Amino acid sequence: MAATPTRSDALIHARGLTKYFGNLVAVDAVDFDVDRGEAFGFLGPNGAGKTSTMRMIGCVSPVSGGTLRVLGMDPAVDGPRIRARLGVVPQADTLDRELRVAENLYTYARYFDISGPLARKRTAELLDFVQLGDRADDEVEPLSGGMKRRLAIARALISEPELLLLDEPTTGLDPQARHMVWDRLYRLKQRGVTIVLTTHYMDEAEQLCDRLVVMDKAKIVASGSPRELIERYATREVLELRFAIDAAPALDGKLEGLADRVEVLPDRVLIYTDDGDAAAAAIHQRGLRPESTLVRRSTLEDVFLHITGRRLIE
Amino acid sequence: MIAVLGMRRRLQQPAAHRAARLVERDATLYRRNWLVIISGFIEPLLYLLGIGFGVGSLVGSVVTQGGHQFRYAVFVAPALMATSAMNGAITETAFNFFHKLKYVKLYDAVLSTPLGVADIALGEITWALFRGTAYALAFIVIMAALGLVASPWAILALPAAMLIGFTFAALGTATATFVRNWQDFDLVLVVLIPLFLFSGTFYPISLYPGWLQLIVQVTPLYHGVDLLRSLTTGSIGPWLLLDVGYLVVLSLAGLVLATARLERLLLK
Amino acid sequence: MNGALKVLAHHLRLYRRVWKGSVFVSFVSPVLYLASIGVGLGSLVSRGPAHTVGGISYVAFIAPGLLAATAMTTASSETTFPIMSRVYWMRTYDAMLASPLRVRDLVAGEVLWLTFRLALVSLIFFLVMAAFQTVHSIGAVFAIPVAMLSGLAFGTPVMAWAAKQRTDTPFALLFRFVVTPLFILGGTFFPIDRLPRLVEGIAWLTPLAHGVALTRALTTGNAASMATLGHVVVLAAYAAVGIAAAMVTFRQELAR
Repeated sequence: MAATPTRSDALIHARGLTKYFGNLVAVDAVDFDVDRGEAFGFLGPNGAGKTSTMRMIGCVSPVSGGTLRVLGMDPAVDGPRIRARLGVVPQADTLDRELRVAENLYTYARYFDISGPLARKRTAELLDFVQLGDRADDEVEPLSGGMKRRLAIARALISEPELLLLDEPTTGLDPQARHMVWDRLYRLKQRGVTIVLTTHYMDEAEQLCDRLVVMDKAKIVASGSPRELIERYATREVLELRFAIDAAPALDGKLEGLADRVEVLPDRVLIYTDDGDAAAAAIHQRGLRPESTLVRRSTLEDVFLHITGRRLIE
Repeated sequence: MIAVLGMRRRLQQPAAHRAARLVERDATLYRRNWLVIISGFIEPLLYLLGIGFGVGSLVGSVVTQGGHQFRYAVFVAPALMATSAMNGAITETAFNFFHKLKYVKLYDAVLSTPLGVADIALGEITWALFRGTAYALAFIVIMAALGLVASPWAILALPAAMLIGFTFAALGTATATFVRNWQDFDLVLVVLIPLFLFSGTFYPISLYPGWLQLIVQVTPLYHGVDLLRSLTTGSIGPWLLLDVGYLVVLSLAGLVLATARLERLLLK
Repeated sequence: MNGALKVLAHHLRLYRRVWKGSVFVSFVSPVLYLASIGVGLGSLVSRGPAHTVGGISYVAFIAPGLLAATAMTTASSETTFPIMSRVYWMRTYDAMLASPLRVRDLVAGEVLWLTFRLALVSLIFFLVMAAFQTVHSIGAVFAIPVAMLSGLAFGTPVMAWAAKQRTDTPFALLFRFVVTPLFILGGTFFPIDRLPRLVEGIAWLTPLAHGVALTRALTTGNAASMATLGHVVVLAAYAAVGIAAAMVTFRQELAR
């Protein structure tokens, strides 16, 4: 990968950023920059090092090596000042279960030294923003997963942060809840909030992120906008073939010259090409009889598969 | 001490206004659960009435340091006040704090704000102190009402009780950082109950053989009991400085230990 | 009865993992209380105006009281949180009821288990009492079953109530406002007639006061009287009502 030029005006600046847990290297000398106002993503499977990176940016995990500057400051020196301008939505929702819904927001605002009346005002506004206004006096425990996540997002916004960090924001949510979260994040982006998120969902990365880096096994293996990545590492279209179980070995040699790349997976064969329909016709001409064919556009999943040989979700 | 730690590991210094936010949070919760707070006060009060007066009628009077004779209730009341301060602090720190740390995982979220680990330790200890002080204040008022206060020095009993509360709050918080599960707390009780029973609470430690007296004098509750009893009975002497010094040193040690342990647990 | 034994067997199996710590505490606790309050405070009493309490040493006076009181506290801890937990949190009973067991067996099994725990605790306590030389008559050994009955008299009504609880706040209040006052004022540490009349009257309504009086009568050799019979009747009545109530509340909470 070409060396990224130094951009000291970036909101987050990392060079050679490293994190050890004992002998385990969780983050291995990664470089990235995040600009103000963009939506930036860390895409990768579980265990890639995304959460560790986020915790370092969030100034709750000490940096083991390399350089990290958040909002122009060094987390080791100015931790409290940085955190005062961040909003964090962690992977496990860490809501205060002893307090009620609105109390969670109010108390959190007070941790940021926001005055009582202002805290109350923002609490009401944010509860509306995440559509939990009618649950203000409820206990936290009985809320659904999606509601708890929305509450966590509201809480992260109580201090009107310049930078919002979200670790796997829609993991574990049903589709409807996911879309509501995406919608809220989109509106925030429109308001100019810088968003950094981690995810192992390709659709989330494609939908929300302006730019992203792909992480695998503690390293960054690719970076760019979703479209750039797809253009660089995958063709425009993919032809998916499913064969009957005993028909699979008969493929050897028959797929040559059909396309730019062929991936043989346990349950299907992926043929990367610019024109999926033409490839499908060619398959037929060669006498192959798949049980089903599907022509679809390439996704970040395909990018990841190309770079690492594995899938995002094992 | 915290400054030394700070230089060594660039630990974030505690700040009063930040720690106060955590106290505010605890107060918000207890505004609704005030009955639990009140009930924590009942036990020592009952011991005062039951043992102080009930058994007191069987005992008559007791000779304390300085050769003075006091009614048994006057003898036992300040010891129960010290125990009350200890219980209030330990309940809040060892048990509640542990619950918040391990099960509610409250502090993960708090650390994403400007608050740091030292603020958390200081804030929770301060809250425990409030609670212990409330108990101590109520206790001294009741003691005065029942005619169990024998000296004007008793005015210092309230700040003294606060010191005792602070000591046990620091020790309790440090303990909570070592405890792994609820079964470990049985060990905490195994320590607390003998402390309560044997620290000169119900009878003077002069009843013990010499070697046992020395052992008891190393334990924390004894110094709290001795301090308060001396103040409310007016038996003033240089040993009071020893009591105060002992409690101060133990509190600081607990505070430092708690902060260091919390940092290891929460900032990984 | 067969079903009840199965429930008991379940508890015994679980107990095998923790019995050592439990027995240790059951042993250490009476030793601590008898040594400090019994002997230590007792030496102050013997120097006091009366020298003894109704003719017996202070430690011999409080020992039987502590026996009954320990039965009460053991019963409280066994029948509050664990019962609620099995009904509501871990749904152990739901799992048991999916087998041929019926609610009747559950309640009977819990009573058997409580009896077992009380027997163990009381026996150990009695042995410690004997070691402290506070046992003065052969009939004193009947203090063990009496303590067990006293524990049942307190525990079974609590069990019935616990099945209906959903949080542990009511239990904390029970301990603070019922168990602790009884422990201190129920005649354990000083003769119950030293209480103000009204308070004494209320105390006699509770099982503990009867349990204490009865165990003390047995260990000091004063048990041959009508009062003894009266105490037994009260305790048995509490236990019977408690078991009946438990049958009702268990059925209400579990038969869905």
